[in-house]
Amino acid sequence: MRLHYPSSVKIVRVPCTGKVDVIHILRAFEKGADGVYVVGCEEGSCQYTSGNFRARKRVEQVKHLLDGIGIGGERAQMFNLSSGEGPRFAKFAVEMDERIRKLGPNPIKIRSAEKKTAA
Amino acid sequence: MIVADKKPIEEIIESVKEFKKILILGCNECVTVCEAGGKKEVGILASALRMFFLNQGKDVKIDEQTLERQCDHEYLEEIRDVVDQYEAILSLACGVGVQFTAEKYHSTPILPGVNTCFLGATEQRGLWTERCQACGSCILAFTGGICPVSRCAKRLLNGPCGGSSKGKCEISKDVDCAWQLIIDRLKALGKLDEYEKVQPIKNWSTDRAGGPRRVVREDVAL
Repeated sequence: MRLHYPSSVKIVRVPCTGKVDVIHILRAFEKGADGVYVVGCEEGSCQYTSGNFRARKRVEQVKHLLDGIGIGGERAQMFNLSSGEGPRFAKFAVEMDERIRKLGPNPIKIRSAEKKTAA
Repeated sequence: MIVADKKPIEEIIESVKEFKKILILGCNECVTVCEAGGKKEVGILASALRMFFLNQGKDVKIDEQTLERQCDHEYLEEIRDVVDQYEAILSLACGVGVQFTAEKYHSTPILPGVNTCFLGATEQRGLWTERCQACGSCILAFTGGICPVSRCAKRLLNGPCGGSSKGKCEISKDVDCAWQLIIDRLKALGKLDEYEKVQPIKNWSTDRAGGPRRVVREDVAL
């Protein structure tokens, strides 16, 4: 299909979104990611029955935590699509890229850089 | 097991914000099973607090450790060599663990990171329900293995009250009437005649009403 999606997106492949845990997403933010989104299979079509539902719950937990610590829960998002929907994958990437650009960089990344410069 | 629930992150931040070196101390037992204070939750909370303080421009050291139990001397001794490095310990154990840690390390503030709720079971993923109030004088043998002390809102010992309707308690339609459960179970066991026996007044001195309790076992004491 030769679809284009923003180069800002780094893909981390997992066998199932049910593998993605809260700590994995938080670590990404701690390491400076501006946003994290999880793309799982359509709800109801998980090969492992509930992997994508688990992922959704965990993304919700992350959103809640990010709101609580002042980073902003809108930086994390869960999306669903089927494996045959390449254009939708690209659409989600564009949507997330636009959202994060509006929010600006992860404040943790800025603070870490300031800390390094000060040291 | 002892069932605990997570404290809101905002409450935890408020309790630790004045400290510069914090140890988050998890427990491998009950709170791990109820997903409130095990190694995983310690990691998540540590990561969230590190980001919070960094975002506030504060240099705070946050370390993580999870003990096998916080209600036993042996395991609590594992942090003796490092405890002085911290200004505070945020314990994700139940209230027992928090207190036992505080008793052992008298000069270090020990803060609770979870709300300890009750003695219960995992009914399904994400749902824990109360089963025991540790009254100290078990009557399950007479009630078909269903506890009216913990599961009846009025702790009745001789049948249901007038608030039992279609198997549910009047306090909420989500709460089963314990006595309906007991009668159904006694019926299934063919022991409905047990229900006819009037239970004497229960000795509540072994319950919390008798003050803080202790179990003394000369047979195992060294």
